[in-house]
Amino acid sequence: MNFGFMTVYWRDMIRFFRFKTLLISSLVQPALWMAFFGVAMSSNFDRLSAGIAPVAGIEQIGYLTFMGAGVIAMTTLFTSLFGGVVILFDKNWGLMREIFASPLPRTHVVLGIGLSGVTKAWIQSIIIMIFGLIIGVRFFSGYTPMATATAVLGIMIFVGTFALGFLFLSATISVSMESPEGLQGIITLLTLPIFFTSNALYPTTAFPGFLQVLALINPLTHLINGIRFFAIGSSFSAVGIEFIYTPLIILTSYLYLLGFCVSMFLLARWAFNRAVVT
Amino acid sequence: MSDPIIEVRGLSHAYGDVLAVDNISFSVNRGEIFAFLGPNGAGKSTVINVLITLLSIQNGEVSIAGHDVRTSPEMVRRSIGIVFQEVTLDRDMTVWEILEFHGRLYNLPREERRARIEELLELVELDEKRDSRTKELSGGMKRRLEIARGLMTRPQVLFLDEPTIGLDPQTRIRMWEYLRAVNRAGTTIFLTTHYMDEADHLSDRISIIDHGSIVVTDTPITLKNGLGEDIMYLETSDIVRTEELLRNLGYVRDVRKKRKGVVFTVTEDGTRLLPQIMDDIRGQGIAVTAVNLKKPSMDDVFVHYTGRELRDERPQKWGAGRGRSR
Repeated sequence: MNFGFMTVYWRDMIRFFRFKTLLISSLVQPALWMAFFGVAMSSNFDRLSAGIAPVAGIEQIGYLTFMGAGVIAMTTLFTSLFGGVVILFDKNWGLMREIFASPLPRTHVVLGIGLSGVTKAWIQSIIIMIFGLIIGVRFFSGYTPMATATAVLGIMIFVGTFALGFLFLSATISVSMESPEGLQGIITLLTLPIFFTSNALYPTTAFPGFLQVLALINPLTHLINGIRFFAIGSSFSAVGIEFIYTPLIILTSYLYLLGFCVSMFLLARWAFNRAVVT
Repeated sequence: MSDPIIEVRGLSHAYGDVLAVDNISFSVNRGEIFAFLGPNGAGKSTVINVLITLLSIQNGEVSIAGHDVRTSPEMVRRSIGIVFQEVTLDRDMTVWEILEFHGRLYNLPREERRARIEELLELVELDEKRDSRTKELSGGMKRRLEIARGLMTRPQVLFLDEPTIGLDPQTRIRMWEYLRAVNRAGTTIFLTTHYMDEADHLSDRISIIDHGSIVVTDTPITLKNGLGEDIMYLETSDIVRTEELLRNLGYVRDVRKKRKGVVFTVTEDGTRLLPQIMDDIRGQGIAVTAVNLKKPSMDDVFVHYTGRELRDERPQKWGAGRGRSR
């Protein structure tokens, strides 16, 4: 087994921890989302849904808890989509030539960048969970320590698989593009529909038909399903709507993410093997 | 002595319809310093990019250290070190990290990697800078670091694309000293340059390359001597008759008329011939008003073989969005 990708991983981690502004802003930004958007929206939603009678026998959760899963997912999406940008910079500044002229197989560049992106996504997710718990997100409520550990592990597996998929996509776009401006445009264009056609901030049940289809094929929806299942439970009601996540649904969501991740890896491998860097 | 470590036969390379390299053949012997001399855009970088496997070979045969670039690029990569034309250092990594990263890329075992870094930091005199980020280094230090990086894997051949571009004269001369030391220690060096003096002072052999073809290949001395022993310039009161007179002298070659005088080369030692030539001219009643004598330089060789001065440096052809700094 060749661990060449660890070299790429090592370098990207050096950079992550060296750029203090980038490091701190990437950690603070999701916390700000929770603190402002979350608190503001939850005070509204909780007031609006106060009139709806709670479903009997099912735990009702507040909007902040509902949205907490969405913020973890959103942060993972943003971080991952921008995670491949380093490849474009390396390419334009000539640094990629050192790597492409070395015996390191090109797929290892993809894997190394993917792994470092996953590490960042995990660190961010954990910070959001801790910060969320502090400001009143009721994750893992009533869980034993063992159940909490299992739930965190489950969330990390979902976050990791999802992040890898989008990192591979980001790497593919980066290696194929010439200018950072164009790259930024494409990524922004991708981010908005993915974020807003998901169940991150609101349930998708009231969407019109075509939006429901988009929500269903949106990997972000499946990530959020997984996070809510592990962090909140298999059955709860929020924003006046009942959520039931059977293990089958969650398994399907995970397999969907896994399929997405593998397809994106194949795409990235293809793009890297045909890339010419001189 | 002929022990080729680089062998190139019939190499051609096109970008779309534009033929950048046209049927080039040459070989580099083990232990040599070999230079490709030519103007920007002559095809030097394309050749080097094919040799180091960054461009896949289109036509021809290239073998490096016994490995074919087409069938075993991996083995070629393990046999060579590269110093690229532009600075290719991560600005935010330290000197030590740059070398460590490179060693890891080539899968050097940890012990060997660490020992090699110490050796090289000493060789290129960057020991005190080991923990400095590369953005804090001067241009010359960056170049030395890149040479050290190219040597990490103890390559059989070190490729350098315009190794002293953008460096000040003193730094260039020191760089040549480093390269000679590296060469003495047993590494074959292949470099491209558009600096005449660099090709002249540093290389054992030179190929002059222009418009994608090799015009001539030889040692600097042979190339310069091939033009004749010395180049002379005379201004006289009658240029036409002077020219006529010179053409009749057996040891004079390549007489060219200039605006105010005549340039020619002589096949023997000019310092001894000059008084004789001046006497001959005066004997015809022509006054000599100015005299110059110089040994041929690589510039003269270049003009002789390509029919023109080395095209002046154009701005570097950066790709879209590519910059030297960030």
